[in-house]
This record gives sequence, C-alpha cells and structure tokens, in this order.
Amino acid sequence: MVNTKVTLSGWTLDNPVIPASGTFGYGDEFKDFYDINILGTFSFKGTTKEPRFGNPTPRIADCTRGMINSVGLQNPGIEAVINHELPKMKNYFNKKVIANISGFTIDEYVYCCEKIDKEDQVGIIEVNVSCPNVHGGGMAFGTSAENVYNVTKRVKAVTTKPVYIKLSPNVTDIVSIAKAAEDAGADGISLINTMLGMRINLKTGKPIIANTMGGFSGPAIFPVALRMVYQVAHAVKIPVIGMGGVSSAEDVIEMMYAGATAVQVGAANLKNPYACKEIIEDLPRVMAKYNIKDLNDIIGKA
Amino acid sequence: MYKRNIYTVLENKNIAKDVFLMVLEGDTSFITAPGQFINIEIEGLYLRRPISVCDWDDKTITIIYKVLGKGTEIMSKMAPGTKLDILTGLGNGFNTQNEYKNPLVIGGGVGTPPMYGVVKDLLSKGVKPTVILGFASKEDVFGEEEFKALGVDVYITTNDGTYGTEGFVTDVIKNLSGYDYFYACGPMPMLKAVSLSTECSGQLSFEERMGCGFGGCMGCSCKTLTGNKRICKEGPVMLKEEIIW
Repeated sequence: MVNTKVTLSGWTLDNPVIPASGTFGYGDEFKDFYDINILGTFSFKGTTKEPRFGNPTPRIADCTRGMINSVGLQNPGIEAVINHELPKMKNYFNKKVIANISGFTIDEYVYCCEKIDKEDQVGIIEVNVSCPNVHGGGMAFGTSAENVYNVTKRVKAVTTKPVYIKLSPNVTDIVSIAKAAEDAGADGISLINTMLGMRINLKTGKPIIANTMGGFSGPAIFPVALRMVYQVAHAVKIPVIGMGGVSSAEDVIEMMYAGATAVQVGAANLKNPYACKEIIEDLPRVMAKYNIKDLNDIIGKA
Repeated sequence: MYKRNIYTVLENKNIAKDVFLMVLEGDTSFITAPGQFINIEIEGLYLRRPISVCDWDDKTITIIYKVLGKGTEIMSKMAPGTKLDILTGLGNGFNTQNEYKNPLVIGGGVGTPPMYGVVKDLLSKGVKPTVILGFASKEDVFGEEEFKALGVDVYITTNDGTYGTEGFVTDVIKNLSGYDYFYACGPMPMLKAVSLSTECSGQLSFEERMGCGFGGCMGCSCKTLTGNKRICKEGPVMLKEEIIW
C-alpha cells in the first residue's frame, strides 16, 4: 500500500491530482466521462464579479506539444456561480472545491472572495492574479510584487478560508512575487498560469488567435513550470500547488519532488478528458516503481 | 452523451479534390443525430481534430473531410487498419422532429457530409427534402450520386459554373417554391445568405476552432439571441432565429 493523501492548509485530499481552473468548467462536462469524486478536488472556472463572454474567436490554436487559449475568463459571474453552479455541483461532486477568483480591480477581488468565502463547498480560494488574456486586467496584478501584496492583504482581511495566490510565469522574478504574497498572508501559492504565446496562420499571414496572443499551455511548458515551482517552493514556507504541462503520474511525482504539495492538471484534460482519472489510477504503480511509499516523503526533496 | 473509444480505419479514399472519405469501425451507440461530430486524436498533434459525421450504422462511422491543414493531411495518409482514439457523440446535431413536410437540405463544400445523415433521417420520418449542394468548381464536387441514390432531388451549384448551376446555392433557392424549412451546413457566407434569403425558419450548423470539443474549455463560444453558446456543446446546430449575423 502506498499513501497518496496530501494536506493543503489543513485540508486532506485523497490524492494530489487537481484539474486546473479553466480546463474543467464546473465539472459538469467531465462527470459524464467518469466519476469525478476520485479527484483530489478541482479548481473551478475563473470567476469574476460580473458575467463575462470573454474574447472574440478564434480563441484556440494548436501548438507542438501544447495549445494556446485566449478564452478571456468567460464565466457567468459570482452570483450565478453561487446560486446555480455550486448547488448543481452538489449533485455530482461531494468534496470541497477550489474556488478560482479573478478580477480587474482590487475591490472586485475583495468582493468576490468575501462572497465565495461563505460557501461551505469551497475548501480553498485561489486568487488568479495571472490571467494573460484580459487586457489591462489580471496580468497587471500578477506582474507587480506590490500589487500582489496589496490584493493578497485585502483579500485575506475579508476571508476565513485558506487563500492561495495563482502566479503568472510571464514575469522577470517569480520568487519576489511569491514572497510578496507570502508576506501579505497568503496561505499558499499556485503556479504557473499559462505562458504568453502566439501563432500565425501561414495562409493569411495573420495571427490565428483573434486577440493576437494567448496563454500557452501543455507538455511543452512542463520544464519551465517545474523550474519555477522549484524556485518558489524553496523560497517560501507556505505550500505550493504546482502546475504547467502536467500530463502523467510521472509528471506529478516530478512536480512534488520540485516542491509541490499538490499538482494541477490543465490542458491534458482538454486533449484527453480521462487524463486525471488515468493519472490517479497510475500513481500507485509509478510510486511503487520508484520506491515511494508516501508522497509526502518526496515533497521538495529534489 | 459522449464517449471515448478506439476505432479502426476500414477505408480512406480520395473522392474529390483534397476531399477524402474515411470509414471507421467501432462503437457508434453514442451518435444519436445527424450533424453531431467526432474529435480525433492524431499522433504528433496536441489537440484533437473535430470532424462531422456523414453517416453511421451499428458498426461504422463515415466521415468526409477536406485536407486543409496538418491534421487532415496526416489523416489523408492513414492506411486501413490504423487505430484511432476518438471522442464520439459530440454536439447536438440537427433536430428533425418537427411538422415541416417540404424542407430544403443545403450543403456547401465540406459542409455537405452531415447533410447526408439529415436526408436519411428525414426520409425515415416520411419527409422527402430537396437537396442543394454548392461547391467552388467541378473538381470539388462530391456526393451527388450518393444523395440521388437516396431518392431525393439534388441540385448542384458551382461558383465558376463548371458543373451544375453557375453561382451559389441561393441562386437555386430563389427559383424554388413550396419549401417550408431548411437545414444547412457550409461556410459562414453561405449560411448567412441562406438565412437572409429565406422566409422560412431553419437550422444551421456552425464551426469554430475548438479546444476540447465537449464543452470543457469555452474555446468555441459564440453569442446568440438566446445567450452564450458553445459551438461544440449547445451547437454546432442552431436555430436561424437565434443567430446574430
């Protein structure tokens, strides 16, 4: 027997595998493929104060070992999430979820986090200061240590649940930003969000993505994500949720060696809707192969 | 409902310029309506490639696709016996449960294949539609004999007049009368022209670059008069009355 249980800020998960925000909706589409209660938990679609349609299409471009998305935080808004999505989710998911919250001003983050903090179904609030797809929005927060400090401080003042700050890789020094979040009282760090990328259609000579650029994710970014998780995990004392190109049980274990307490899986869910199920089922085998009896023994041991 | 399964390529042949017909063997139980699509994993590419279902029976799915990019180019070279990982039963498809007795079925280019399933479905309900298929040029034309073999009247148009009626599908429609509904799939300008030039109601199938194909990523959203919809999930078929042109 191996132990796959991990604990995030006092919340024990059956396993460290968590579908990442924006690749799993509110779980609804995936519950038709498999029983999603096998997941550690999942991080729901980035939610803002007002409903958002998001960016114009095309929003998707295929890439070598990855994809670009420019969805732009399409979501029904915090009220609809609380009144419709969370009650509906109860019918097919009996664990707590990670509530991913986005915003355009500090006040908006504060408003949404304060509201979602009152929901029993929420285990962790993941504050997304790093979406690359909203012009002049989330990105501005995530690229400045001062802004990250301020948004974290303000959100922490109105919440009781653990607050994790989700960081952008599109910065010069991710460690200083992670430290700013920790200094402001963050309970954990999630990283990395997508990397800003671009593709051009050779038939037209124009960008494939309507918004020109988008967030690049998938296996191609795994080494970059792993490096940043390693740097941040070794610089802060709070737990780290690692993500970026994770597609296999081996990737999960590698992320944990780098310092992640739990691991999110993003683009892989879109390519293979069973990705998280397969990773969870494969974890004990891969652990045994590398003589790992308890995942907690390898966190940050690289 | 949708499902992932492994399928075997039985046949893969060139039927018009850059257009291929592929027959896949495997579980077809999740396909419930014409106009639904499948999402095919292609070795070496990250995202799957969504292709509409042309026809299906108990054991096989027939798709017709045009080589437009890397994915379809790789597909065109697949030999019989190739195993493919496919998500099936995606999208809503056309709904033929209605009172219309004289519908038009309109296909443009590679938008033609799903209309074959629509015609079969209508015929099974005792409704005999009139079929209009539009192509760019004679070398692009396919499916005429297959549609005619079903026992329906088929009009072909080509933009350059090298085959059938010169012009667009709307050049045929304007000379028809007595139709009370339409089902259409094709390029956006065709869908718009058909929608705006007909008095009757209808259903149209749209396409968009997709991430997952099953509603997980919100990559293919569009605005409609009845709210935001995902082309892959609430679509690809939508009602004429809800489209914002």
